[in-house]
Amino acid sequence: MRLRALQLLVLGVLVALWHVFTAPGLIPNFYFEQDNRAAFFFGEPAQVFWVIVDWLATGEIFRHLAFTLLETVLGFAIGAVFGLGVGLWLALSHTASAVMEPYIKGFNSMPRVVLAPIFAVWFGLGIWSKVALGVTLVFFVVFFNVYQGVREVSPTLLANARMLGASQRQLLRSIYLPSAMSWVFASLHNAVGLAFVGAVVGEYLGSAQGVGYLILQAEGTFDINTVFAGILVLTAFALVLDGIVGVIERRLMTWQPRASETEKV
Amino acid sequence: MSAVALALEEVTCRFAGRDGGAPYTAVANTTLRVAEGEFVSVVGPTGCGKSTLLNVAAGLLEPSSGTVSVFGEKLLASQGVNRRAGYMFQMDALMPWRTGIDNVIAGLDFRGVPRAEARQQGEAWLRRVGLAGFGDRYPHQMSGGMRKRLALAQTLILRPDILLMDEPFSALDVQTRQLMENELLALWAEDRKSVLFITHDLEEAIALSDRVIVLSAGPATRPIGDFRIDLPRPRDVSEIRMTPAFLALHREIWAAMKEEVLKAYQAQKAA
Repeated sequence: MRLRALQLLVLGVLVALWHVFTAPGLIPNFYFEQDNRAAFFFGEPAQVFWVIVDWLATGEIFRHLAFTLLETVLGFAIGAVFGLGVGLWLALSHTASAVMEPYIKGFNSMPRVVLAPIFAVWFGLGIWSKVALGVTLVFFVVFFNVYQGVREVSPTLLANARMLGASQRQLLRSIYLPSAMSWVFASLHNAVGLAFVGAVVGEYLGSAQGVGYLILQAEGTFDINTVFAGILVLTAFALVLDGIVGVIERRLMTWQPRASETEKV
Repeated sequence: MSAVALALEEVTCRFAGRDGGAPYTAVANTTLRVAEGEFVSVVGPTGCGKSTLLNVAAGLLEPSSGTVSVFGEKLLASQGVNRRAGYMFQMDALMPWRTGIDNVIAGLDFRGVPRAEARQQGEAWLRRVGLAGFGDRYPHQMSGGMRKRLALAQTLILRPDILLMDEPFSALDVQTRQLMENELLALWAEDRKSVLFITHDLEEAIALSDRVIVLSAGPATRPIGDFRIDLPRPRDVSEIRMTPAFLALHREIWAAMKEEVLKAYQAQKAA
């Protein structure tokens, strides 16, 4: 409880400082020549607050959030499926992984955000160009984790399953896949976060809907308060998304030991 | 003399040397037979290729030369693992993402046994190894001894004709270990499968077995002694260790083993 209070105190102090330094005429100017300049560059917390209230009241924000969320979910799902498939394939086939290695490395090193304009040309300004960007970001996180997960399966575990009569297919289903999934879940927060980044960056570079679009619009008219409002909404939403992932993770990974309950007999 | 369940004939295992070095011969010209219903232990100094021998018997490893026969039939690498054998590993081999019961019935699952029937058998085996009511726990929620019992049930539920065991109890504390050894003997006495039991512990080998085979120190390990253990059954492993007959056997086998253990120790120190 005390911790929560301190956390809220930090927020309060930050908002108060923001207000004091940006409210026109509240304190003497010490950097800008004019009263309203600080507010022009940094926005005003009260104004930002009213923008958000207005969004919520009119319901305008929900349409954009739904759009961004849809892109995030699609980007994550498609990227994860591809990552899982390619990861399994390359991890189980030594020839394929040897051949593909330089390309995988190259693609991973490339700053993939630069692909956004190309995707805009290929897929238009609708959701699919954002989904494509999300996919390229998510794919590598999932791919590397699956690859690692399959490669690090204990040889004893494999030998045991073979002695118990598992066929190649059954080894894949009951040994490789669960082992890879535990690594994928370990990176789930990361992957969902990147899908979100892909969606927002894609929207920001050209779109007609979504929270990134709202920010882009506001920036075009130097409406810094709306830009900040958009950033705050995105942050809050990312936190909610992370919380949901955490719940899913705990549900699906019950078999993994947690620090507090190891070796409970 | 009853039929031979498992026969390794003139088995040699050579491994390619690391970084283009000289090839390493782990096992050389080893012939080893286990009769039907016989409990055979193989003892030898650490690092002498005991596990290699067991992997060959399981069909997990193809020998460089020599053959493996299972009930008179040759085991071919192209046919995969030894289907009539169950293997209990030294290290934990349970699937951490499966609950206790799901681990026990994994083999039945692989064979396509209907789930309801498999679960019924699984529960029965959990009871037999003293884990009734622990079926829904995950391996990480169990102690080392419980995990070993689970692995035993997992192997025995398939009713293998041959049981291969690679130092299965070496990671347990002494008390748990003796309990497990007694439980193993009790389970074994029910239907007398052929057992090939690998251990570095001579006392364990004598207490459990009908026959103890002593291996030489590596490299190029081969059997150097074969001792019949005619102690009466049923045995209690903690009590039998005190009997004069046991001590006499121990002295006799240790005399044959001592030199090899020292050799292995010197080799390890030199390396």
